[in-house]
Amino acid sequence: MTASLWIIATGILAAAACGLLGSFLVLRKTSMLGDAISHAVLPGIALAFLISGSRNPIPMLIGAGALGLITAFCTETLHRVGRLQQDASIGVTFTWLFALGVILISMYAGQVDLDQECVLYGEIAYVPWDVWLWNGLDMGPRAIWVLGATFLIDLVFVLTCYKELKLTTFDPQLAESLGISTRLFHYLLMAAVSLTTVAAFESVGAILVVAMLIAPAAAAYLLTDRLSRMLVLAMIIGAASAVTGYLLASWLDASIAGAMATMSGIFFALSFFLAPRHGLLPKHFARLSTK
Amino acid sequence: MTTEAAIAVRDLTVAYHRRPVLWDVSSNFPAGHLIGIIGPNGAGKSTLIKAIMGLVPVASGEVRILGDTLKRQRHLLGYVPQRSSVDWDFPTNALDVVLMGRYGKFPLFRRPGKKDRAIAMECLEKLGMSSYADRQISQLSGGQQQRVFLARALAQDAEVYLMDEPFAGVDAATEQAIIVLLRELREKGKTVIVVHHDLQTAADYFDWVALLNLRIIACGPIDQTFTAENLRATYGGRLNLLTAIGEELSK
Repeated sequence: MTASLWIIATGILAAAACGLLGSFLVLRKTSMLGDAISHAVLPGIALAFLISGSRNPIPMLIGAGALGLITAFCTETLHRVGRLQQDASIGVTFTWLFALGVILISMYAGQVDLDQECVLYGEIAYVPWDVWLWNGLDMGPRAIWVLGATFLIDLVFVLTCYKELKLTTFDPQLAESLGISTRLFHYLLMAAVSLTTVAAFESVGAILVVAMLIAPAAAAYLLTDRLSRMLVLAMIIGAASAVTGYLLASWLDASIAGAMATMSGIFFALSFFLAPRHGLLPKHFARLSTK
Repeated sequence: MTTEAAIAVRDLTVAYHRRPVLWDVSSNFPAGHLIGIIGPNGAGKSTLIKAIMGLVPVASGEVRILGDTLKRQRHLLGYVPQRSSVDWDFPTNALDVVLMGRYGKFPLFRRPGKKDRAIAMECLEKLGMSSYADRQISQLSGGQQQRVFLARALAQDAEVYLMDEPFAGVDAATEQAIIVLLRELREKGKTVIVVHHDLQTAADYFDWVALLNLRIIACGPIDQTFTAENLRATYGGRLNLLTAIGEELSK
């Protein structure tokens, strides 16, 4: 019983952290950058494993964070200096880095406790048994600590820089003219996204983490007209996807991470059709009633 | 009214991908005037005000604001970007957008307080928009959105205002409201620099103009500068020598 509670808690923390940052990605129209980063951190994780020789989260987070920033930097540079389209620069950068990671992992797969399956799809079901031992004391699942710390960092970041994040997202030109560096906040956000992605990837996997970044945020976007409410809603929808996803998975006896991502998609669909103001059905009825 | 330069531009050259968009622009914009920057499409009007605010990289030249560098005087500038430069579907309301004009006055973590909300409300009021304060910005008309932008610039409480096409695509009532406001600002001794492309209203609105087409064609009081001859030089034959050189260079 406690095992399922730990799994659900892990899912909630991952989804809430992703929803918070994902909202800014959606509003900045850089959703695919989240996708790119979640893939491109792979070589960073592989290198961290190889160098540290353990699954210690600290070198892993550093490795992934560095690669995430490199992705953001390469994408931006290719676009700005090379005059390549934004989507093309993202496509070139992350596939190349991801491929590098695949090579690294397949080369050293025997030496480290890491396989592609786990990286891509996550192993949230094993979370309760991967405990953090501190001075011989059982401190509870490691993933909870890692994700809890990440969520806290994200929360502090967004609360501290709320007005800067908001302004650089809405009107970067005014932000610059006020002396608020849009580039600085872009990279800070990307660093936070990299950190969150890698903290979440162990439980939900590199691919499904994208669903957690984008789907709850996109659903929240359709439900409200205020940024602060959108952030809260994205976290709630993410958490709800984690809970219902776990129930769905145990009912179907299927992949938990897959079910959680599926639920976030279903929540998005609900919001797409039923959102009070922007939903398809209310809009349709509003049009009928004005006729 | 003083004749001190609110903004002094020296030998300013800006290039995009090696093709010059502003060529050796030197000009003084006097304080306390309502100044129009006028020229054809692609003449570099928006680029000029962006260069003044450091929003575009400058190839060479110098800008001074009220006698000092941009870094020191940034807080004295107020900016109205082109309305089309932002996403109006952003989840925020009119009052919130106006409050953004106050963001430059706070360090990290500090948020605008009650006093700033009162100021923002006042600014909306001045543009006749106070009843729309809670309105999601995508539900405003083009003219109303422009008024919100103007209110935000007012909330910046600046000395020099730079506005990028504030009259573009707005209704007649909004145009009137804006021009009344700009004149009011001038009365208070503020300097207002407006990128404008409608020649018919220019003579009416401004007391000082800079005619621009890649370089400054003429700059001075409207009655001396806004002449048929200068306008012909600004607009006549888009493919003048400098554009031709620019095209050669970019090859």
